[in-house]
Amino acid sequence: MAHGTGDSRRTGIAVFAALLLLTVVTVLVSYVDLGLWNTVVALLIASVKASLVALFFMHLKGESRLVWGFALFPIVFLVLIIFGTLSDTMLR
Amino acid sequence: MSDPSGEHADPAVAFESAKLGVWTFLATEVLLFGALFTAYTVFRMKYPEMFREEHAKLDRVLGAVNTVVLITSSLLVVFGVDAIKRGKARLFEACFGATILLAAVFLCVKYAEYSAKFHHGIYPRTNLFFSIYFMLTGLHGIHVLLGMGVLAYVIFLSRRGRLSARYYTPAEMSGLYWHFVDLVWIYLFPLLYLIG
Repeated sequence: MAHGTGDSRRTGIAVFAALLLLTVVTVLVSYVDLGLWNTVVALLIASVKASLVALFFMHLKGESRLVWGFALFPIVFLVLIIFGTLSDTMLR
Repeated sequence: MSDPSGEHADPAVAFESAKLGVWTFLATEVLLFGALFTAYTVFRMKYPEMFREEHAKLDRVLGAVNTVVLITSSLLVVFGVDAIKRGKARLFEACFGATILLAAVFLCVKYAEYSAKFHHGIYPRTNLFFSIYFMLTGLHGIHVLLGMGVLAYVIFLSRRGRLSARYYTPAEMSGLYWHFVDLVWIYLFPLLYLIG
């Protein structure tokens, strides 16, 4: 159990600033018509933001491999479910 | 194993098991939302024009405001957990209290958005896009509401003197859940408001 330090507050503020900046960027990009790329950019930015939250706010960065496993396995399943379903509905 | 109190003898082990418990719970949460995300993906690929037209009816400024509200609330949780780790119970309670306040702001904005939609005759049954919109944001809203309850309970524990620099597991675990609620919204916002 790590104890609270000025470090964790500074990291928190830095991550917060990055999240704010990425929110502004993703909103601005949404006003530009890039066709299919709008979706790609929006999902990419969302994933960077989600990773920042998981790594730093949820401390995944310093966690054991066991916790990483717990965090990643539902994502693997989610991808399986989405692509499995699509392979059915798209080819019908 | 046979400890009559039902708790781990070693507090470090107890902390680790609590953490794994929360991550397991969050895994089921990913799959709960995942079912709706799958529906979103399938119908969006099937009816791209309808999604493009309908998503434009959402107010992306309000969505962005709510994103900032949740991000800020997450930072306050980080500050709160940091405070209790340093034994500053009052500061911890203030941070978590402010988080609950921001959660209420989030729900008020959501309420205003829902009312505006109902006012314009848009309901969950209107079309597939709005069915998914109301289901996803509604389910997320319920999570915000439950989160407020959990955070309030942890503040209550702290008021009763149950949390300290040596024992802050409930603060850390409720924080983990709150960050997850923030994380779900980080995906909901672009998927529903920004791309069509």
